[in-house]
Amino acid sequence: MLFIENLFVNYGMIKALQGVSLVVKEKEIVALIGNNGAGKTTTLKTISGLIKPTSGKIYFKDIDLIKLSPCQITKLGIIHVPEGRKPFANLSVYENLRLGAYFVNKKSEIEERLSFVFKIFPRLKERLKQPAGTLSGGELQMLAIGRGLMAKPNLLLLDEPSMGLSPILVEEIFSVIKNINEEGTAILLIEQNAAKALSVAHRAYVLETGKIMLEGKAEELINNENVKNIYLGVK
Amino acid sequence: MEYFFQQLLNGFQLGSVYALISLGYTMIYGIIRLINFAHGDIFMLGAYFGFYAITRLKFNFFSAIIFSMVLCMIINVIIEKIAYAPLRKKNVPRINLLITAIGVSFFLENFTSLKIIFGPDYQPYPRPFKIITFDFLGLTISSIQIIVFLITLVLLLILDYLIKRTKIGLAMRAVSYDKDTAFLMGINVDRIISLTFALGAALAGAAGVLYGICYPQIYPYMGVMPGLKAFVAAVLGGIGVISGAVLGSYIIGMVEVFTAAFVSSTFRDAIAFAILIIVLLTRPQGLFGKEEGIKL
Repeated sequence: MLFIENLFVNYGMIKALQGVSLVVKEKEIVALIGNNGAGKTTTLKTISGLIKPTSGKIYFKDIDLIKLSPCQITKLGIIHVPEGRKPFANLSVYENLRLGAYFVNKKSEIEERLSFVFKIFPRLKERLKQPAGTLSGGELQMLAIGRGLMAKPNLLLLDEPSMGLSPILVEEIFSVIKNINEEGTAILLIEQNAAKALSVAHRAYVLETGKIMLEGKAEELINNENVKNIYLGVK
Repeated sequence: MEYFFQQLLNGFQLGSVYALISLGYTMIYGIIRLINFAHGDIFMLGAYFGFYAITRLKFNFFSAIIFSMVLCMIINVIIEKIAYAPLRKKNVPRINLLITAIGVSFFLENFTSLKIIFGPDYQPYPRPFKIITFDFLGLTISSIQIIVFLITLVLLLILDYLIKRTKIGLAMRAVSYDKDTAFLMGINVDRIISLTFALGAALAGAAGVLYGICYPQIYPYMGVMPGLKAFVAAVLGGIGVISGAVLGSYIIGMVEVFTAAFVSSTFRDAIAFAILIIVLLTRPQGLFGKEEGIKL
């Protein structure tokens, strides 16, 4: 479904990505794990078109994404839920969700998608009229994912969904991620919480200083000695 | 006392024109953080387009306003595409955009001063409708004032509806808050920016025609002072805040008229800039602006 080959991205003199290749297949959860500064967010931003790579290929079902603008990429159903939730704090929860389905004009369709999101995150329904800026961290993450779901994504790019959340909320968010995937949406998941990410993912890639160091099935990586030592904190 | 209320009316008239100009300042600032110093010159163009529509094309007053608004929209979008968009795409520092805007302003003033364009001379503005004055509780209200108030009100209501109730307005608010995330929603950010320039220009164009019929003399540099004062009004209200710009404009309009009426007309320009200095020193975010936090 998503096919990335030999991707290079520079920020001025800094080489952020140095030949990343990865694949996300239909209905898969793929985790991309790695430390701060390894290039995880850069990878996602390049997929969604916010950053243009210096070289490499990104294809989504035979469509060359590098030539497209971010809004065209969104139209294909590749939905990026950014790091730090990035709510439009000046807008209400409803308006944020409405923007998630920006291309949709039919009222009934919007209603349908809203009720789908409320089924997953009932809390958002209670907060509908509130400015997004007044939500708690957990609610903001729900809003960010809910806003992504409003677009009916084919491929969901999630950037650090567990960041800054309490353990209970982390559990909740990850079970939602699993549910979304079971309904047929492919997910590329970025996480520092590698243990959690590997527990839901089918496959995973380990990114270090802009290069893929390891890849494999999630359960294999969980048992890999290096991954255990560096990312899972097991001695 | 009557004199006082009469001046209040005059202040309201001037404030209305400033409001229409300062909305463009504040919207464009809101969307790309640019203080568009060429905005006063769009107002000037609007006055001239209305002038030619009435004198040469024999348009009636309302079609002349629409004509002027449409032409200003087109020109401002072209200016944005030629002058600002290439810079924005290169992510230059904001100061570069500001200097470019000043350049655009000088260009418009001097280019339109050419004999083959508008010419450097003052032109008397036509009065396309009869001026009737009404006596109302001892005050004299002219048909010009009523038309200025009504048109301003209608335009403000349309703008408010557009921004608060339509999808385009929602997209504008999203873009002004966070461009990258707006992209991720699938919003065509460049188109929304163009649209903001177009909206600002439409209001400035209407303001130009209204200004022309209120103070019937136009020339290529006429946009400088009203433009700067509308800018002061936008800063006073809190730049980027729509309602602030409107209120700020009425305050500036009133203060200016009252200064001219009760102090001395030589101070009428100075007072607006004195307000700017006081605002910047004491409350730089303006009356309604929020202090901008550091964005990470």
